[in-house]
Amino acid sequence: MKDFSNAYIFRFSVILIFIVAVLLSAAAMLLQPLQEKNVELEKKQSILASINIESTRKNAEKLYDKYIKKTLVVDDQGNIKKGIDAFSVDMAEEIRKPHNKRNLPVYFSTLDNGEKKIIVPLRGKGLWGPIYGYISFNDDYKTIYGATFNNDKETPGLGAEISTRSFQKQFQKKTIFDKNGKFISILVKKGGATPGSPNEVDAISGGTLTSKGLQAMLQDCLSGYVPWFRKQMKQQK
Amino acid sequence: MDSEREPLFSSKNLKLLTDPLSDNNPITVQVLGICSALAITVKLKPAIVMALSVMAVLAVSNVVISALRKSIPPRIRIIVQLVVIATMVILVDQFLKAFAYDISKQLSVFVGLIITNCILMGRLEAFAMANKPWPSFLDGIGNASGYGLILIIVAFFRELLGSGTLMGFPVLEKTGLYHMGYENNGLMILPPMALITIGIIIWIQRSKNRSLIEE
Repeated sequence: MKDFSNAYIFRFSVILIFIVAVLLSAAAMLLQPLQEKNVELEKKQSILASINIESTRKNAEKLYDKYIKKTLVVDDQGNIKKGIDAFSVDMAEEIRKPHNKRNLPVYFSTLDNGEKKIIVPLRGKGLWGPIYGYISFNDDYKTIYGATFNNDKETPGLGAEISTRSFQKQFQKKTIFDKNGKFISILVKKGGATPGSPNEVDAISGGTLTSKGLQAMLQDCLSGYVPWFRKQMKQQK
Repeated sequence: MDSEREPLFSSKNLKLLTDPLSDNNPITVQVLGICSALAITVKLKPAIVMALSVMAVLAVSNVVISALRKSIPPRIRIIVQLVVIATMVILVDQFLKAFAYDISKQLSVFVGLIITNCILMGRLEAFAMANKPWPSFLDGIGNASGYGLILIIVAFFRELLGSGTLMGFPVLEKTGLYHMGYENNGLMILPPMALITIGIIIWIQRSKNRSLIEE
């Protein structure tokens, strides 16, 4: 085998790294718009799923424009924050802030039958990684109309079951307030929800930690919306 | 340098392509690349995309390393091989994110982990460093096909028996088996069953080809 001098090795490495760097940056820059579009479409599909509308990658854009009529951002005192686009709020960043600094996006939807639904985003920690989703309410601001959850790294067959339709269906018609109007969120109950309870759903057997994470996420994210929900309820009376 | 030119698909070159499919299969005979074979074979579609990704990475890396083989300083050859593989893997990952987003989500970290797939380093070090680009290219395609073949066989059975679908199409529902009391086997979805499926494939292969059995 030929003997290479140190200077040659050094030159070789520098040239190699330079070529690789140019190649990778070019690819990253050229493909970025397409990748961002994919993330955006997924978000729209997810929002639609929370009002029980199935969409595909192709029609998500159209359906989203059809059903989502209005968006706004509120704070945890129930005031509307102006000048922020709800869709571009990154929940991963928001949940790291203290409650009183968060931007809380709200989506308004009108279904085909004229019913109005209010959609809010959720994000929290599962067992292995982030869990996130959207939950929609009837316009009484307390009854859940639909929910959708996603996960990146939960165990398939166990924690990842939160992403199945059958688990998410349990949330329909539940309410986040008790009889006296106190906010209690939704309890994800190990061993099964009390039959007939309006505030409980079944946890996933074998997915205890993910279930706990889900409950904490609901509590954490929804509590911020409560003052704004109460304001809306008052206005309706 | 050879003075006489070999035909592109001489029997020696063809062997590079076909050998890894059976007698020298990277998974069942050399038992390399097992970890990804366990993780992404729950469904057929990600398995096929994974197989194609590995093929792209391995074929191109093999050609690049083989073309550079005389100018790569031996002292840093492993690092150079890694840089080439890593570059290809990042490119494939970026392309999947742009053009096959759903599948790239299902494959998640495993595209990135192609870098650590032993088949790649093994082929670069053992073959591409000592052979010309064209045979290296065939060797890359051949080994990736051998890897992909096993991946697809395993994924076929896991998806069929575990979820009752193929490529997401509910084949078992159409046959009416569920009405007769058949249920999907949830165990097939979990990683241990991939190991057992590969074990069965190895068993069948060795009982057919006795020369593979070690003393």
